[in-house]
Amino acid sequence: MATYSTNEFRGGLKVLLEGDPCTIVENEFVKPGKGQAFNRVKLKNLKTGRVWERTFKSGESIEAADVLDISMEYLYSDGEFWHFMKTDGSFEQLPADEAAVGETKDWLKEQEQYEVTLFNGTPISVSPPNHIELEIVETDPGVKGDTATGGSKPATLSTGAVVKVPLFISEGEVIKVDTRTREYISRAKQ
Amino acid sequence: MSTTDFSSSWQPSASLETLKQRSLLLRRIRQFFETRSVMEVDTPHWSRFGVTDVHLENLRITDGGFLLTSPEYPMKRLLAAGSGDIFQLGHVFRRDESGPRHNLEFTMLEWYRVGWDDERLMVEVAELCRSVADEPELAVETVSYREAFERSGLPDPHRAEVALLRACVGKQLNTEAGDWSRDECLDALMALVVEPGLPGDRLVFVTRYPASQAALARHEVVDGVTVGRRFEVYWRGMELANGYWELTDPAEQARRFEADRARRRELGLAEPEVDPNLLAAMEAGLPECAGVALGVDRLLMIALGASDISEVLPFDASRA
Repeated sequence: MATYSTNEFRGGLKVLLEGDPCTIVENEFVKPGKGQAFNRVKLKNLKTGRVWERTFKSGESIEAADVLDISMEYLYSDGEFWHFMKTDGSFEQLPADEAAVGETKDWLKEQEQYEVTLFNGTPISVSPPNHIELEIVETDPGVKGDTATGGSKPATLSTGAVVKVPLFISEGEVIKVDTRTREYISRAKQ
Repeated sequence: MSTTDFSSSWQPSASLETLKQRSLLLRRIRQFFETRSVMEVDTPHWSRFGVTDVHLENLRITDGGFLLTSPEYPMKRLLAAGSGDIFQLGHVFRRDESGPRHNLEFTMLEWYRVGWDDERLMVEVAELCRSVADEPELAVETVSYREAFERSGLPDPHRAEVALLRACVGKQLNTEAGDWSRDECLDALMALVVEPGLPGDRLVFVTRYPASQAALARHEVVDGVTVGRRFEVYWRGMELANGYWELTDPAEQARRFEADRARRRELGLAEPEVDPNLLAAMEAGLPECAGVALGVDRLLMIALGASDISEVLPFDASRA
């Protein structure tokens, strides 16, 4: 099993802590002049998103985590799992469970590509693209010509997500949304 | 480093304005000692012998010998030769030390006062800081190592069972410390719990260290506990200086060096030979004295409010 010594610690390194894959967020070297050196480390648990703080004696090693971020295409959901396909030409399909998909569920669209984090070959998290185009399936009727007043209304997208859209947007239109802020950006270009 | 972009890394890490402040600081330090008739010395930075400190690693030269982690041994040899009070401003080297407060090579001010003890030297350390950092009103507070722990809600560091100290590390630092030694627990609690809680607006002297952490200092028994006559100076949350009422007994010194070597062996670390020149000088007679080493780069960081040591170095290790 590959290991990393504290002197290899740096932001972004993937390690195993209490059996869970983590990424190092921050690494601080602390040493009393005449004493033992320590690394004070902040790690983000890639499964839960929680940030842990741990202290290691400098020189200690911890196990590397077999973590890989790859681009995958979303195919379908069977109600229990969400199925993704590798885009490397292998067409290999992998199921992601609800914990892995998390809030990205709101942005899952067939044939769209997602960044999937694999731990020992199993998806543990799915990130959507920053911008995605989705159809509005339900909203109040559009107010024609009102492009300036700045009012907004809720609209339900084909994925089930609800976002605020300007008043002039109508049902059936395809809009571009920022998945990080859940904000409307524009009408989709035809 | 193959990734270095030399088109920017050739440039200094400190601003030219900071380098002027650095020059001023070095000048003020020299003036401070000149008015007090302390002689400047410049002993070698290289030696055929390294240190046996458990937690210090010399840089080794592939052609032989070591770059020194401090000028302590050659300066003590000068003292034994009858130099009287001496100071040195020089570069020292510590392998594996790198971070916002650490640079592989740094500037150390070290000085010795013949006939003084640690308490008297502490007064002079405060006078130096006030003078060279231009803070005449700077207040001073002295706490013992034990008091510092107890103020942070920690147990008596001298008497607590190691199991309790490990539990404190576990609780305070979220860390499984089941196999940590007593000193490892104490170092972690000192550096990560006690130190951040020390008042930053004054010079804090922490005194009476555990004897196990004061290999070159005199030991004494206080309330049935053997402690070292060692002090550490903290200012604005930063460890700034470390001083001793120096041990002068060569047999006791040799015994402690061997204990360090034994501990290094246990830890699988290299075992440098004990410097025979130091022991021979102590045999000839090291005068009663107190000595202290102060990190000049850190003092400049404090004076200028810098948060990273690279801001005060002409070229930090990544650019050197």
